[in-house]
Amino acid sequence: MDRAIKLQLSTSEMNYFPDEVIEHIFDFIPSHRDRNSISLVSKSWHKIERYSRHQVFIGNCYAISPERLIRRFPCLRSLTLKGKPHFADFNLVPHEWGGFLHPWIDALSKARVGLEELRLKRMVVSDESLELLSRSFVGFKSLVLVSCDGFTTDGLASIAANCRNLRELDLQENEIDDHRGQWLNCFPDSSTTLVSLNFACLKGETNLSALERLVARSPNLKSLKVNRAVPLDALTRLMSCAPQLVDLGVGCYENEAEPESFEKLMAAIKKCTLLRSLSGFSEVAPVCLTAFYPICENLTSLNLSYAAEIQGNHLIEFVQFCKRLQLLWILDSIGDKGLEIVASSCKELQELRVFPSDPHDEEDNNTAVTEVGLVAISAGCPKLHSILYFCKQMTNAALITVAKNCPNFIRFRLCILEPNKPDHITSQSLDEGFGAIVQACKGLRRLSVSGLLTDKVFLYIGMYAAQLEMLSIAFAGDTDKGMLYVLNGCKKLRKLEIRDSPFGNAALLADVGKYETMRSLWMSSCEVTLGGCKRLARNAPWLNVEIINENENGRMERNEEDEREKVDRLYLYRTVVGTRKDAPPCVTIL
Amino acid sequence: MSLIDRLLLRELRSILQMLSEEELQSNVSVASSSPTSNCISKGGGLKVHNYFGLSDSSSVESSTLSCGEDDKGTISLKATELTLGLPGSQSHARETKLDEKPFFPLLPSKDEICSSSHKNKRGFSDTVYTEKNWMFPEAVANQSVVKKEVTTNIPKGQLSTTNNSSSPPAAKAQIVGWPPVRSYRKNTLATTCKNSDEVDGKPGSGVLFVKVSMDGAPYLRKVDLRSYGNYGELSSALEKMFTTFTLGQCGSNGAAGKDMLSETKLKDLLNAKDYVLTYEDKDGDWMLVGDVPWEYKLKIMKGVDAIGLAAAPRRMEKSKIRA
Repeated sequence: MDRAIKLQLSTSEMNYFPDEVIEHIFDFIPSHRDRNSISLVSKSWHKIERYSRHQVFIGNCYAISPERLIRRFPCLRSLTLKGKPHFADFNLVPHEWGGFLHPWIDALSKARVGLEELRLKRMVVSDESLELLSRSFVGFKSLVLVSCDGFTTDGLASIAANCRNLRELDLQENEIDDHRGQWLNCFPDSSTTLVSLNFACLKGETNLSALERLVARSPNLKSLKVNRAVPLDALTRLMSCAPQLVDLGVGCYENEAEPESFEKLMAAIKKCTLLRSLSGFSEVAPVCLTAFYPICENLTSLNLSYAAEIQGNHLIEFVQFCKRLQLLWILDSIGDKGLEIVASSCKELQELRVFPSDPHDEEDNNTAVTEVGLVAISAGCPKLHSILYFCKQMTNAALITVAKNCPNFIRFRLCILEPNKPDHITSQSLDEGFGAIVQACKGLRRLSVSGLLTDKVFLYIGMYAAQLEMLSIAFAGDTDKGMLYVLNGCKKLRKLEIRDSPFGNAALLADVGKYETMRSLWMSSCEVTLGGCKRLARNAPWLNVEIINENENGRMERNEEDEREKVDRLYLYRTVVGTRKDAPPCVTIL
Repeated sequence: MSLIDRLLLRELRSILQMLSEEELQSNVSVASSSPTSNCISKGGGLKVHNYFGLSDSSSVESSTLSCGEDDKGTISLKATELTLGLPGSQSHARETKLDEKPFFPLLPSKDEICSSSHKNKRGFSDTVYTEKNWMFPEAVANQSVVKKEVTTNIPKGQLSTTNNSSSPPAAKAQIVGWPPVRSYRKNTLATTCKNSDEVDGKPGSGVLFVKVSMDGAPYLRKVDLRSYGNYGELSSALEKMFTTFTLGQCGSNGAAGKDMLSETKLKDLLNAKDYVLTYEDKDGDWMLVGDVPWEYKLKIMKGVDAIGLAAAPRRMEKSKIRA
């Protein structure tokens, strides 16, 4: 808001300029938040901003309706929509909860908005929506779908066939029903505009010749991520006709690559001197990774988090040569030793994610990572600002050291696999460790905590995490005070998600106005009751308070009489359009 | 303390005695951070230990000290996990003497104190899965169902439930949605693991040998399923292998090893040759090759453990196909 005030002071001067000039000045301000601030300065600025806004970000698709969006921003070209709450990623939200794309496409199509880009996250997309999308927007260029579901390769076929100017088709981690059709064939022969194609999440077979022809006629192609069904020799051919690739996703099943095909692959890879980003490797023999040695020094981004078949030592051998890495996603099979090597080799590292190769510890192996790896990384990588770390154990001492080494964290997500696990040396809670993190990292925007934690950690978070926008809590805290510390202290909090923690009505209801400043609140398996939620809904009509109660039959038990009944899952969010009409039976909106 | 409370307490103590002697196979886990919650509630004046074996007044920090003898002196939650497994199966490394074991019966019993008479385990005798890495697609649904059943008796949100396999290193407690790994990632990695697990235990080499017998052939052959990309390749390879034994048009039979599934190539196969591929699946039923896609077939092959593979496939039935 400070910027808005500054702008307000200069408004008086700026108003001597015609609108077009002011609009041109606004073009230099792409950030959504800044644009939102601009629009609050004055009525004339609001109007100019409205008509010049081309990119809109909607963090919760139920906070506003498509019609109102279009009324306000008729010149919309790029839309980002997010649907289901974050915990839907972990199966905590019923499949039919909502987040449907269709009403948006329908409205945009009817209003003849010149849509060019659509980015969706956790939304339900149907083939019909994709077909309507492909036919409605002539200039459509870019479709990015992350963690979406509900569609099949038939929908992709309509996009391929009808979007003449398609530049980007990026499918990340979606659940797509693969009809093994010929969707790649649907790209017309005249289509040469592709810049980015990612279909790594498709599970079925791929028409290799169609793919090769498509790649061959796309001279602008910079990013190509294929799925498992593309074997080594096909990959070699693809890379040979696209040496300009910057971003490559590999995924082929090859037991033992024959020496000749391996050499051909290496030769093709050597020509890709612009290659900076590598991913995939979901079913690849380790030898295939070695084929990329020639270019590994150029890599800035490496995602081996699906490479379950590559042993730790192979990973280490490769990563240690990637001196320019800025982003590394890897499995914990790399081990603490591996992370120490990363720390000594990858001095440019900014983002690290270490995923569990054995999330439920079924193998009972000891190659997971511990606090030792985390400390090593923090000591060795001065530019590190984002971390997601799944580990078996942690200590306060380690976290305190990490905080000292890396005060620049923006995102700090630590997941100790076993809930409630204390400091494994002192047996104390991890309050002090996380406290040190929030105190040192003044720019921290996202935090996920785990392990044994009392109310104290939330006191620290409330006190120190002034920039915190998103907080994820699981199996933590003792009393309502914990949640209250956070709600009262973190002024910039936008998303709060809590599971399995003893926070109840007192915390929920203490400051109802707080939720207007936040995007959403999720509470599951906590102590809030139906009565508390009802009271909240009554006092805050601008909120949608959704109760998700699902018994085995998927229907909500009609226990509405019993207000002391604990609520299984509560999801509330601010909205300007009231109750949504598409909620399934298992969701009750109070 | 009332008489009833005293009796309850005595009962509890004897249960604890019995359980620690028996070396519990099942464990009870409390993913709770609240030191004040306890499962034996309502007792006025009954000083009950909470999840971590503490009395109400102690704080969480000190809770670990009064915990059972754990090697590292930490609360070992492994020891307190609810496991659902076949009665009699061992959970590994659960030898703590934490007091809270008897507090959380898995079977939703009416009384709040668990009796040691029934094991703290839900029978999973109807599941046949023995594969350690087993992760079935409806795992999530099952997990949530399991969780529901257990939480009827126990304070919400503080529990973990386990799916236990009957094979010795037992699976750990599996809470719905924990650890917070995207289901897409979990499913993808699970599939990858299945495909890569080697029968002999050697990582990554991925050979999958099955015995193949053909009716009328004097000896069996072994094929590596992994060296074929689809059923067509497999069938032609088998054909080559068994050509010496075919009796021309006399309706000879080809046979396949266990768990072979094929795609629509089967139709070509059937039309072109005079034999049919069948396999015996884990239920002992003879199935026509071709119904399940090749990749799934390989996966299911992995899902069957070494015992299943070693068993020789029986002879095939006579085929009824004519060109």
